[in-house]
Amino acid sequence: MTDVLNPAVHHGHDDAHDEHHGPTGILKWLTTTDHKVIGLSYTITAVLMLVIGGLFAEIIRFQLATPDGHLVSLAQYNELFTMHGSVMIYLFAGPFAFGGLPNIIVPIQIGAPDMAFPRLNALSYWLYLTGSITMLSGFFTSGGAANFGWVAYAPLSNAVNSPGAGADLWIGGLLLTGFSAIFTGVNLCATIFYLRAPGMTLFRMPVFTWNLLVTAILILLAFPVLTAGLIMLYCDRHFGTHIFSVQGGGVPVLWQNIFWFWGHPEVYILALPFFGIVTEVIPVFSRKPVFGYKGMIFATMTIAALSLGVWAHHMFTTGTVLLPFFSFMSLLIAVPTGIKIFNWIGTMWRGQIWFSTAMLMAIGFVVTFLIGGLTGIYLASPPLDFFTHDTYFVVAHFHSVVMALVLAGMAGLYYWGPKITGYILHEGLGKIQFWFLFIGTQVFTLPMYLLGLYGMPRRMAVYPHNPEWQHLNEIATLGAIMIGISTIVFVINVGYSWKKFPAGDNPWDGHTLEWFTTSPPPHHNFYRLPQIRSERPTWDYNHPEHKALEHGKHEESHA
Amino acid sequence: MDTPALPPQGAANRPRGWRRYRRFVALPLAALALSGCTLPTFGVSKGATTSSASVFHLWQWFSLAAAIIGAFTVVLIVWAVLRYRRKGEAIPEQTQYHLPLELIYTIVPLLIVIGLFAASMVVENKEVANPTNNVQVNVNAFQWGWKFSYPGSDVVVIGETTQDPVMVIPVNTNIHVILTSTDVVHGFYVKAFNFSRFALPGVTNDFTLRPTQTGTYFGQCTQLCGLYHSLMFFKVRVVSQSDYQSWLAAHKNVALYNASTKITDQQLSTLVATKYTGTTGEH
Repeated sequence: MTDVLNPAVHHGHDDAHDEHHGPTGILKWLTTTDHKVIGLSYTITAVLMLVIGGLFAEIIRFQLATPDGHLVSLAQYNELFTMHGSVMIYLFAGPFAFGGLPNIIVPIQIGAPDMAFPRLNALSYWLYLTGSITMLSGFFTSGGAANFGWVAYAPLSNAVNSPGAGADLWIGGLLLTGFSAIFTGVNLCATIFYLRAPGMTLFRMPVFTWNLLVTAILILLAFPVLTAGLIMLYCDRHFGTHIFSVQGGGVPVLWQNIFWFWGHPEVYILALPFFGIVTEVIPVFSRKPVFGYKGMIFATMTIAALSLGVWAHHMFTTGTVLLPFFSFMSLLIAVPTGIKIFNWIGTMWRGQIWFSTAMLMAIGFVVTFLIGGLTGIYLASPPLDFFTHDTYFVVAHFHSVVMALVLAGMAGLYYWGPKITGYILHEGLGKIQFWFLFIGTQVFTLPMYLLGLYGMPRRMAVYPHNPEWQHLNEIATLGAIMIGISTIVFVINVGYSWKKFPAGDNPWDGHTLEWFTTSPPPHHNFYRLPQIRSERPTWDYNHPEHKALEHGKHEESHA
Repeated sequence: MDTPALPPQGAANRPRGWRRYRRFVALPLAALALSGCTLPTFGVSKGATTSSASVFHLWQWFSLAAAIIGAFTVVLIVWAVLRYRRKGEAIPEQTQYHLPLELIYTIVPLLIVIGLFAASMVVENKEVANPTNNVQVNVNAFQWGWKFSYPGSDVVVIGETTQDPVMVIPVNTNIHVILTSTDVVHGFYVKAFNFSRFALPGVTNDFTLRPTQTGTYFGQCTQLCGLYHSLMFFKVRVVSQSDYQSWLAAHKNVALYNASTKITDQQLSTLVATKYTGTTGEH
């Protein structure tokens, strides 16, 4: 296996030979341990979940377009927003962020033939798929799906207040996907620590891979806590324990502490991989190295460390947490996040920006994330959180953030799609999709900030006392429709571009190792590797006269 | 840094330049510092209590900071996008580090968040302070309504969902609210007070508010609490001290005010079903 990594050795491999490695078609999909196939399965499943969660969102937005919406009943509405949040966070954003693209790209970026534990990797995917089906199957039970919100606050989530199989299926599904995440975390850590090609030192790893390493460590720290909490919740529901119930001497707020001890690192478990995508896309399409590479990694590590100490900012209004500590830790996160935003701008500065769809999506991410980040600073201040907590201001804040992540995810699909499939997506359709998605996101989120300030609480199926909220709700619904259209354009684009525009090995003049191999890469990824002397080995190979400059140095031709 | 040599008259010109510059910076800042009222409201109102006013001013300062930082960053992004469009196949200079610049955008945000933290703490300490309290109201939240009881007066107000129970309190008085929940987590939220607090089962929460304006203010549960969460309304009526005393006297020893008895689940379902579901309310 080691000679695969050796740049000096040319293998006699060819595509025909690779075909002999295993079965094809559906059997290949069912039995594969190839990280590229698993990663693609992950990505397709996650995008499907995005569509399902998006459909729930559209129903919610149509219900709220009038103060007395009759589209769904109060009970159905509770199920819809619970499953919208659950599908988007647990079944789309997470698996897409650390199971989909990273599964395909991380091993290739570090010059590895596969993930460290290929069969564990396959297990991760199957746990994720079965967990997703389990959670969604709640809709087919007589009591309906889970209806206690995606945070499942005790004691609303106990057997008395939420009887029925839907809640149990929700817990079971989340346990399964939680284990899937933990196994992926183990796999990413082992792969990145042990399977790097010769020359690929830690500080020559691309920022995407760095972010996934930090994400994987966060997964290992945070997800077991959620798993433990879910088992406690299940025991409370069925085995007569009283961990979260006052009657038996338990503490309901304990659930909030456990949940958010996982839940806030989870925000960055979701976000860091998307930051990584953007940090790959912006340098390539600006034709410059990432600005402040080491500062970027330092910022990622700082965010991860701080994220473990901010969970109680979700609990300011409980009156049971130490406000100054959690407030200051939360505010501090703004600093490394700001570093990242300025580094992205610094990368574009004096570059030669190519506005491909991937680049537009990445810039759209930076702008949208800026809005979500700035409004997050308000929420880190306890007095401001007291009056915006559980209002649409919070809903708008995290939708700015997650819609920014969707933009970044789309950037990743347009950027790496050609590498994964061998074919480029149509750029014109991609740009139509971008404008619908970007403008739709702002039309969708900005009115919700105002609704929150005007006093509209979240999770309201109707607002009979406040017809004055209707106009802003209508605008938000219009934004949701635009986002829906962008998704349809994406699906059309995938269909239209199917095996139509061959990409070649390196369509974007990429920087990292995945652009050195073929599109799609062969079994075990490489026939040969270039010398790895920086975080941009492919660029160094293609442009030996344009290496990254140290501070204060200028290229000789400019001197 | 290659600083260009100063022209001969440079030293004489510089203070004049600085004065001109200083005027542009100092005047608006001084104006802002003199009165928070000159700032835009940024969508929030002063509210009807003493702490809602200080929260409002904190909101203004946060918004000002966010607006300046946001505008600055957006201008940088737009400038980069417009100015550095790809014009040919030339490869730009491969700049990767600029340590002084990186330090600036680490340290300046750090100072800003320290300032925001300090401002937050000043307001928060005021808000959670425990001054001498004049009137105590026990607020109990349940699925799906509110009970307001006035210890020592035997006055109890109960109401569910759209019955909108009213909490009556006197103006310019420190009101000590003791907040509890009988079943699940609820959120006590009055928009006009710029404030909310969870009602937790098994935990007794308390806070003090001092209303400054009479009037009726709308409140509702903000924390998802089950089927009729959307309809868990209440009102707060702030009245003059004398009106408060007569209200108390009128309702002394009246155990239940708004609702004659706690309505049954069946009545509740029917009440809601007729208006919001068109079905039996079960599903």
